[in-house]
Amino acid sequence: MDYFAQQLINGLVLGSIYGLIAIGYTMVYGIVGMINFAHGDIFMIGGFIALISFLILVSFGLTAVPVILLIVLLVSMAITALYGWTVERIAYRPLRHSFRLAPMLSAIGMSFVLSNFSQVAQGARVKPVPPIITGGYTLHHSADGFVVRLSNVQIVVVLTTIVLLAIFTWLVARTRLGRDMRACEQDQTMAALLGVDVDRTISMTFVIGAALAAVAGMMYLLYYGQVDFFMGFVAGIKAFTAAVLGGIGSLPGAMLGGLAIGLIETFWSAYFSVEYKDVAAFSILIVVLIFMPTGLLGRPEVEKV
Amino acid sequence: MGRVSTSATDHSPPHAGFAFILKKALLSAFVALVLFSLMIGIRTEAGPTGQLTYWTRFDELAITVAIVFVGSIVIELVRRWLGPSGASELVPARVQNGLAASGRYVAPALLIFTLLVPVIFYRQRYILDLGVLVLTYVMLGWGLNVVVGLAGLLDLGYVAFYAVGAYSYALFATTFGLSFWICLPIAGILASLWGVMLGFPVLRLRGDYLAIVTLAFGEIIRLVIVNWQSLTGGPNGISSIPRPTLFGIPLTPGPNGFAAKLGIAFDPTHRLVFLFYIILAMALITNWVTIRLRGLPIGRAWEALREDEVACRALGINTTTTKLTAFATGALFGGFAGAFFATRQGFISPESFTFQESALVLAIVVLGGMGSQLGVALAALAMIGGFELFRGLEQYRMLVFGVAMVLLMIWRPRGLIGHRAPTVYLKQAQAISSDLVKEGHG
Amino acid sequence: MSEPMSGADHILSVDRLTMRFGGIVAVNALSFEAQRRKITALIGPNGAGKTTVFNCITGFYKPTAGTMRLASGSGPIALERLNDFRISKQAKVARTFQNIRLFPGMTVLENLMVAQHNTLMRASGLTFLGLLGVPSWRAAEKRAIEHATFWLNRIGLYDRADDAAGNLAYGDQRRLEIARAMCTEPTLLCLDEPAAGLNARESAALSELLLSIRAEQGTSILLIEHDMSVVMEISDHVVVMDYGVKIAEGAPNEVRDDPRVIAAYLGADEEEAIAVMESDN
Repeated sequence: MDYFAQQLINGLVLGSIYGLIAIGYTMVYGIVGMINFAHGDIFMIGGFIALISFLILVSFGLTAVPVILLIVLLVSMAITALYGWTVERIAYRPLRHSFRLAPMLSAIGMSFVLSNFSQVAQGARVKPVPPIITGGYTLHHSADGFVVRLSNVQIVVVLTTIVLLAIFTWLVARTRLGRDMRACEQDQTMAALLGVDVDRTISMTFVIGAALAAVAGMMYLLYYGQVDFFMGFVAGIKAFTAAVLGGIGSLPGAMLGGLAIGLIETFWSAYFSVEYKDVAAFSILIVVLIFMPTGLLGRPEVEKV
Repeated sequence: MGRVSTSATDHSPPHAGFAFILKKALLSAFVALVLFSLMIGIRTEAGPTGQLTYWTRFDELAITVAIVFVGSIVIELVRRWLGPSGASELVPARVQNGLAASGRYVAPALLIFTLLVPVIFYRQRYILDLGVLVLTYVMLGWGLNVVVGLAGLLDLGYVAFYAVGAYSYALFATTFGLSFWICLPIAGILASLWGVMLGFPVLRLRGDYLAIVTLAFGEIIRLVIVNWQSLTGGPNGISSIPRPTLFGIPLTPGPNGFAAKLGIAFDPTHRLVFLFYIILAMALITNWVTIRLRGLPIGRAWEALREDEVACRALGINTTTTKLTAFATGALFGGFAGAFFATRQGFISPESFTFQESALVLAIVVLGGMGSQLGVALAALAMIGGFELFRGLEQYRMLVFGVAMVLLMIWRPRGLIGHRAPTVYLKQAQAISSDLVKEGHG
Repeated sequence: MSEPMSGADHILSVDRLTMRFGGIVAVNALSFEAQRRKITALIGPNGAGKTTVFNCITGFYKPTAGTMRLASGSGPIALERLNDFRISKQAKVARTFQNIRLFPGMTVLENLMVAQHNTLMRASGLTFLGLLGVPSWRAAEKRAIEHATFWLNRIGLYDRADDAAGNLAYGDQRRLEIARAMCTEPTLLCLDEPAAGLNARESAALSELLLSIRAEQGTSILLIEHDMSVVMEISDHVVVMDYGVKIAEGAPNEVRDDPRVIAAYLGADEEEAIAVMESDN
């Protein structure tokens, strides 16, 4: 029972990270109808930016952890958002009216560029950091000595996710930008005719997605203590699975899907086998797309003949 | 049906002068500065005791930003010079027609040249090796071409069939001692069966979804290979895979070897030449079968599927079985290529079967101008040849590949060969411009 | 199952067909019959549900309720139980589309060859005999080309046989789509707005083509159309829909003068209806 509770906590934390990445996938798919294959690598870049920012701040003698965290959060969100903007401008916008395969292949190319850029720029080895946030709370001592722990890192991850999710939901529901995004999702041509700057709206969608992915990258760094140039690929597919599971195009769905995938992966590793945990995640993607392509919260689409 | 342009063009008004270009270049340089400030300006590395250290590389950062600045100016100037129609006006129409007309001779000339490569380059093992590699990718490209180019199904997991073929041969050969020639059809059939099994549940998915599901399948295969150590040897792979024999005669030094039987001195190049002709024959058979199939109802159904799936259904075509046959055929050729790969290397491991391989083969098919046999062959030559140029600079190889993919999509998404040849005609076969040919939605 | 035989001359019997999309009822308990070897027109203002009915008949939508019986040599076929390609392959129902769906990257001839896919697949022995180049396959291919040529001559596109279908003029594309549907040798041909975008001369040629198809091939035709001149000229029977229900049915001139029909069209295509009425008086 305690083992279960611990896995539950771990799964929710992991799921929060996946959910943050999944939001980027679902927003982009909703507005331009493409799977941004490079999004997972944006997450990886976010992790690297956070890592380097940490290093610099610590080496300058800064020791107040909350201050460091805040600065790193803002810096990595800003810079990674710029990466997202640049990728869209260079690789996707020129192809917006091209045929279907073009943006997808361009995205795959961009994914290779980002991951290999990271490898070339920072070396191929895994980058470890000492734990930045330590300590936690013991929730329960079980009879056979197993301890259920809620670490501070986990609390930070979940809280950050909740705060950002709240800000972001407000953004989509209440601001002009959010309204423009929803308009472009429904009918780009009409939105343009009504005066919406479609280019800027699409760019902002990518920017926001990238910023959230950066947060996920930073959370990943805090939680797992390391980053590497290849972490974007697998995390990207899992996050996309989460987006599909939750219903592509639906924002609460992306978070819900993220939590689900995080839980499934954690429980699978804990109770079945660790080596095949990625296989489990990929299989879920296949199963969901075959049997439930609109996901949990999505809207069914009728084919227009 | 026109469309409302929702994006501002990047073309500046012609009279806006140097100030505009400068402004744009400064903006690009600034963006580059921010993007690369940490990633290039700072270099981290895990120190000897495991802790992370860093040092600065501001000079490299400055150089990169300067390159972006200058490059931005150059690109803008080139764009102005080319005018709104872009590079297509660069080559005068007469030359273009001439190139198109002589295109008919390219294929036979290339074939003759390829047949003679082992003769011409007999002393250069490196070239022969490269030739074998290129031909392997040509065959893979022709195989994937059936799925992506003809039927328009977006397959991002083609490497799975390659892997099934390779591991099937390796396991059958090392476990049962069967020869390459017996295992080859088995490998192909197993890959084909996997193609059908994979295809069956996913074929009603469209476009991007089909692509990512095939990617997932490809990754699953690789992960299973890595983890099922008792069967596949896991990350260590399978080694001592037997080489093919010529009618039962092995190409080894020694009294019962091929050289001894012919009474000539043994030369390790013999085996390489033998392998070269094997893969060439396999590729040519793939090509012949594909061309024949294109002219048969199944091939025409594949192309019709790519053009308009709804219309196919309205004409009574079972689109599910049509898609399955495309998958199965592509998988068959992929499996054959995989078996050849295993026998050529003598050793296989999961590292050879990553997503990057699938992306590479897909890039070859798209670069070739989907559906065109000659185009795919040329594209394979260009890609693999290009990769070879990066020997020694491997870490930059995939980076350049990624950049090349992006540029290719922006500049020439239809690939090298700009037209499609019809498979039946009353009077005269007229090439159809690739602008009319649909790319398929899966 | 004992059901009153609707008469041996009914090719299609639609009974209480209903199609619901979520909360919207696009087609509501529609019943009508199309006679064999006759041309039946389905008309009505935009949004009346006509294309939805077509999509149900031709297997692209699964109806929420109701039946569609197609009379065939081996007894009545329940169309609502077949889906997509089987409707064309087994029930021999062919269709064209509102927004032309040709294969633009293939030649005119290739388009017509694709239509004969099922025949050719059988003849090629599921491809294997074809790969070997067996004489029976070659003969079958020749026959298919002749069949295509016959239709090319019928629609006057013989000289364009090797051109890309995407390069044809609009009117030619419409005729090609009909010829392609006819190459499947259907018993029921469903045409979705075949005259849309055609000028008067082209519409007249279309009417002539459809009448000749009815006369020579004996194919029953069901068409959706907004062009009243075509409807009046060639239809034997007209069914009028509005808001998903049938509001009138009968011979063309009966329907034309029906006040309910006129009222339904008021506000849309009114000038056209009145002009046709005026020209006939």
